[in-house]
Amino acid sequence: MTHVRLAGFVAVLPLICALVPSLATEIAPENRRSAYADMSRETKAMQDDDTANPAMLSVLDGEVLWSRKTGAADRSCADCHGDATQSMKGVAARYPAFDAKSGKPVDLEERINLERAEHQKAPPLRFESDELLALSAYVARQSRGEPIAPPNDERLAPFIAAGRAIFDKRQGQLNLSCALCHDDNWGKRLAGNIVPQGHPTGYPLYRLEWQSLGSLQRRLRNCISGMRADVPDYGAPEYVNLELFLMQRARGMTMESPAVRP
Amino acid sequence: MARTLINVPPKAKRGQVVEIKTLISHVMETGYRRNETGVAIPRDIINLFVCTYNGTEIFRADLHQAIAANPFITFFTTATESGTLEFKWTDDNGQVETASAKITVE
Repeated sequence: MTHVRLAGFVAVLPLICALVPSLATEIAPENRRSAYADMSRETKAMQDDDTANPAMLSVLDGEVLWSRKTGAADRSCADCHGDATQSMKGVAARYPAFDAKSGKPVDLEERINLERAEHQKAPPLRFESDELLALSAYVARQSRGEPIAPPNDERLAPFIAAGRAIFDKRQGQLNLSCALCHDDNWGKRLAGNIVPQGHPTGYPLYRLEWQSLGSLQRRLRNCISGMRADVPDYGAPEYVNLELFLMQRARGMTMESPAVRP
Repeated sequence: MARTLINVPPKAKRGQVVEIKTLISHVMETGYRRNETGVAIPRDIINLFVCTYNGTEIFRADLHQAIAANPFITFFTTATESGTLEFKWTDDNGQVETASAKITVE
């Protein structure tokens, strides 16, 4: 078994080294697949059963936070939005979206913090804090089964283009781009793992490697540091642009939030 | 805040073998890690899990450092009579978390 794995790893090395400056080819819609398809039977079972999915603990926390009054305004999310199972259905499938006030796109986590600041007069929640993950998981849970439907908003076009540029650009000491793995070499193996297509269908998701829930930004940071490139701070526009592009790229795929990944 | 998720079939036939699934939120800090300044993070794991069925212990597990965060423990038992299954987790700090679930046996 070990030998087989080693052999696989050694076989991958020249592949990674020899990646010619290929022109990234986009994945045809009929070939798109969620990384769920490549998971083990056991990991799939975790995601499929809400009482086995550890992300559901955060969803339950988020449900409590949704109705908890907070901030100087002493208001809860529910005071404005009512029943999240109705009002938040499909919302996460449409984010990031354009925020007219700031003139730029914001992702779901930023939207939650903007709403807190404006309507609850509450301080922003830290990125990857339990509370923010819980709220975003609870909101995203309401979109499970919905198709990813990024808004057709012309104001987003330059930001999507910027996201695509980051996706295609070689960067870091390994001189890799996102597209080299996730467009050109998905389905092959990087060390022992199958290279996924990189569709954001299940965020925030519970990653067994993290032993916790994490946002799409956290996942993007993983990839960027893996390429030995400069990792922007949480909330940097690069992430939102990338998220925006990835959602466009995954348009129509089914939301799985909160998913489980190895 | 939510701490546990329990999955017990609400109904079962007498003598039927049923699967019990339990999930608890816990950091399961091994005690082997250090923080950014090099100070050891103290061990904090759930070290004991016990399940009783109408007061009788039917399952017990000692947990050690190799168990990942948010332990998911499943086991089987025979549905003998209607009643309550009680679950109890104890961690290194002596914190005890409990949960219970009802089962109706026909």
